[in-house]
Amino acid sequence: MSSLLGGSREDASRRDWQHILHLDAVLLFWLLAVSVFGLFVLYSASGQDQDVLIRQLVRLAVAFGAMLVTAQLRPQWLARWTPWLYGAGIALLVAVLVVGDVGKGAQRWLNLGFVRFQPSEMMKLAVPMMVAWYLADKRLPPTGGRLLVAGTLIVVPVLLIARQPDLGTSLLIASSGFFVLFLAGLSWRLLGGLTLFAAAGAPILWHFMHDYQRQRVITFLDPEQDPLGAGYHIIQSKIAIGSGGVFGKGWLNGTQAHLEFLPERSTDFIFAVLGEEFGLAGILLLLLLYTFIIMRCLFIATQAQDTYSRLLAGSLAMTFFIYIIVNTGMVTGLLPVVGLPLPLVSYGGTSMVTLMAGFGILMSVQTHRKLLPT
Amino acid sequence: MPTPLTIKDYLFESRLFMRRTVALLVMAGLLTAALVARLVYLQVVAHEHFITLSDDNRIKILPLPPNRGLIYDRNGLLLADNLPSYRLEITAEQIHDMDAVLEALGRLITIRDVDRKRFDKLRRRTPVFKPVPLRFHLSDEEVARFAVNRHKFPGVDIVAGLSRHYPQGALAVHAIGYVGRIDERDLQRVDASSYSGTTHIGKVGIEKTYEKLLHGEVGYRQVETNAEGRVLRTLLRAAPVPGRNLYLTLDARLQSIAERAFGDKAGSAIAIDPDTGDVLAFVSQPVYDPNLFVNGIDADTYQALRKDDKQPLFNRALRGQYPPGSTLKPFVGLGGLEQGITSPHASTYCPGYYQLPGKERKYRDWKRWGHGTVDLTSAIAQSCDVYFYDLALSMGIDRLHSFLSLFGFGERTGIDISGELPGLLPSREWKRAARNQPWFPGETLITGIGQGFVLTTPVQLASATATLARYGHRVRPRIVSATQGPDEDGLTPQPEQTVLDIEIEDRHNWDVVIHAMREVVHGRHGTARKIGEGLPYEIAGKTGTAQVFGLKEEEKYDAEKLAEKLRDHSLFIAFAPVGKPRIAVAVIVENGGSGSAVAAPIARTIIDAYLRPQT
Repeated sequence: MSSLLGGSREDASRRDWQHILHLDAVLLFWLLAVSVFGLFVLYSASGQDQDVLIRQLVRLAVAFGAMLVTAQLRPQWLARWTPWLYGAGIALLVAVLVVGDVGKGAQRWLNLGFVRFQPSEMMKLAVPMMVAWYLADKRLPPTGGRLLVAGTLIVVPVLLIARQPDLGTSLLIASSGFFVLFLAGLSWRLLGGLTLFAAAGAPILWHFMHDYQRQRVITFLDPEQDPLGAGYHIIQSKIAIGSGGVFGKGWLNGTQAHLEFLPERSTDFIFAVLGEEFGLAGILLLLLLYTFIIMRCLFIATQAQDTYSRLLAGSLAMTFFIYIIVNTGMVTGLLPVVGLPLPLVSYGGTSMVTLMAGFGILMSVQTHRKLLPT
Repeated sequence: MPTPLTIKDYLFESRLFMRRTVALLVMAGLLTAALVARLVYLQVVAHEHFITLSDDNRIKILPLPPNRGLIYDRNGLLLADNLPSYRLEITAEQIHDMDAVLEALGRLITIRDVDRKRFDKLRRRTPVFKPVPLRFHLSDEEVARFAVNRHKFPGVDIVAGLSRHYPQGALAVHAIGYVGRIDERDLQRVDASSYSGTTHIGKVGIEKTYEKLLHGEVGYRQVETNAEGRVLRTLLRAAPVPGRNLYLTLDARLQSIAERAFGDKAGSAIAIDPDTGDVLAFVSQPVYDPNLFVNGIDADTYQALRKDDKQPLFNRALRGQYPPGSTLKPFVGLGGLEQGITSPHASTYCPGYYQLPGKERKYRDWKRWGHGTVDLTSAIAQSCDVYFYDLALSMGIDRLHSFLSLFGFGERTGIDISGELPGLLPSREWKRAARNQPWFPGETLITGIGQGFVLTTPVQLASATATLARYGHRVRPRIVSATQGPDEDGLTPQPEQTVLDIEIEDRHNWDVVIHAMREVVHGRHGTARKIGEGLPYEIAGKTGTAQVFGLKEEEKYDAEKLAEKLRDHSLFIAFAPVGKPRIAVAVIVENGGSGSAVAAPIARTIIDAYLRPQT
């Protein structure tokens, strides 16, 4: 097990398959493990629908393909193209606000004629890349004007995406940028100040929220208030998880999920199906798999040889954690209902490709290392 | 430990990164611990509680739909109310063999093919645990027959509810509109959870525009059910908030007189109180019975309505775009005066036709032998075309456009019924954009007599007439004057929407035009002098006759129909009494012939009914 966790020292001169394909075997193993587990849960959540299973398999294949491609890109090459990627992303976000397609009441899509495209997905990678690129050749920890520039690099896309409105994604992007800053040594004192500032700014944010976003906050504080609408999800998912107990009702045997649940059971609320059918044991197993992934990613980050790779890798690892904690917190009623999927388990697609491309970057960082003259 | 080095301190940075990574790990660990604690609480500590909720007692949350607000006319006459009715609902989750159940039900109550089709359609997009309606408006006999056999049908229920009813039938249907069963498109524009108990939604007219006020807020009750899904007891109840009642500006009596005045002719009439913009009558003829649509109209009746030549479903008042014809002349004349292009005494000789300088083509006057020498007053009173050809040419299309826009021509009035069309007030820019052609002087000429590209809706024409009557004071036409919530004693007036008044150059110019319009009805040569006979008050008006263009290509040749379809539209605008106007009217009768013969008498009937209600 310890070798799977990645304790062994890599030898860059060894021309094994990992270095030819630029893949990290340990990370790949745990990612595949979660995906397979996820497919079992999805099969049950979808009401044993094989079509859903096949579509999800195709998506997984595409996502792992994206990872494979990204892993081939050298970190130095990525760094060089970072400002362009970021600039293009900002331009597309503005375009989406002007001419974007409206889906489910939010403007997120850009129709390029042959394909519909969500620029906010691209920013999930572009923002941490940009902040890392900006800080990489500066002296760390960053202070003063540099912090201000870095902050602006984060805030602008976050606000553009929040306006679409897509609360979940803008939250993810904000935290991915924040993690770069934090890993670069953002001072604790400033962090405390920012926290106070945020607490003071919450009422102002409230003022600018859309009705449905406010509704989500209200529903979070008191789900019973809207038991026919948003509160229904939380009430039902709590019943599903709680009734699962320690060992669950067994695969495909969840009554709650199959009888009374709402359509989100195979997407954002799939964690509740897991909880009902596999119980606390199943949940802990999944959380353990996730932990292995995050630990391996952080290990890769600490082994990275330049500041850009290190900051980026660390941020991507922690953003993955945010995905998990926000989704599980939401389904268990600890956090507001923010539309984020459970990574690699939830049904559905575009975000999975971005996520796996992020892991591709991590693999690239790990496998493009040079031997340092010691 | 800041150092003055210009190169980066890699060892320091690497240690810093390490420390920060550890800090993040601690944070992540704490959050994960909180999550695990929560899971332990849900799945171990409170497990029994949740297993109870999930297994034994089926707790259901049933929506309680709010009662829809009622609609009254300005005198409190009920125009839309709710009647009790029974419907049959089936919860698919509790049915094992749907076909068998439906067949057995069919022996007790009537299930038509349409009911079956609609039921199948609704079922596909409803969660299995939610009831789906199969039949509406069960008769008492059917209710009784089912009640006796109810035990044989688990999952089938008769639900008492309220159904929309329009006691006045077709009266003012184009204003009030109707409700119909909620479909997928409706669900996209409303909050689905607040409509979870509601079966009907406003489809057109006021019922649609004021849906939010009329609907109210959904309530719910939390109930305990047995394994079959039958309600055992109510645990919690939150009462729904009924929708607000609407009070219209319409006068049902006036409306009915106005509608009858049309006979079997198609057309539209709008009467407005020029002080407030209150719409007193909103006529679009012919009409149809909104009650047909409430619970699904059958295909034959619907096809008959759709294929009717006179298009009863078409809302002419809001969406009929007609050339204003000569009714535009008072506005053009006023523009000439206000912009200083002509004066009240300047006269033009009318030989019966008009020619652009250096052009062969003759633009004809409706009077072949001409009106002789005419000034503005006589040109309006006798509706001389040549005078307005000449004036329009002097003004030019740009000034014509800018002045007529002041009255709201070419734009929506903003009346509070959705679906209004803007008409068209042509300009150089419009023609460049729409036709990619320059503007020709000949087009200015015919614009001056309300022909050519220019199009108005009846609502727009009435609104412009009211503005003229009030010397440029503009109001937005409105049809809902007040609302009343449940438990409220008084009425809450709807906020008035103000429009910017027209800036007047010289009040005398308006006097001249209004006097000329008075001459139309009361002058010796006025085109509508017939309706002026025996009037105890004075009407200012203007006749109009709009040419109908040729047949559309797809229409078949039919001698009898053709004759009527080719006839001109008949128009009349008016306000009364002159001096202190209380009502402004626009009347359009499709294929009615001349304005004086058909539209003017209808306008007089409406004005009379309003100003002299006792007769």
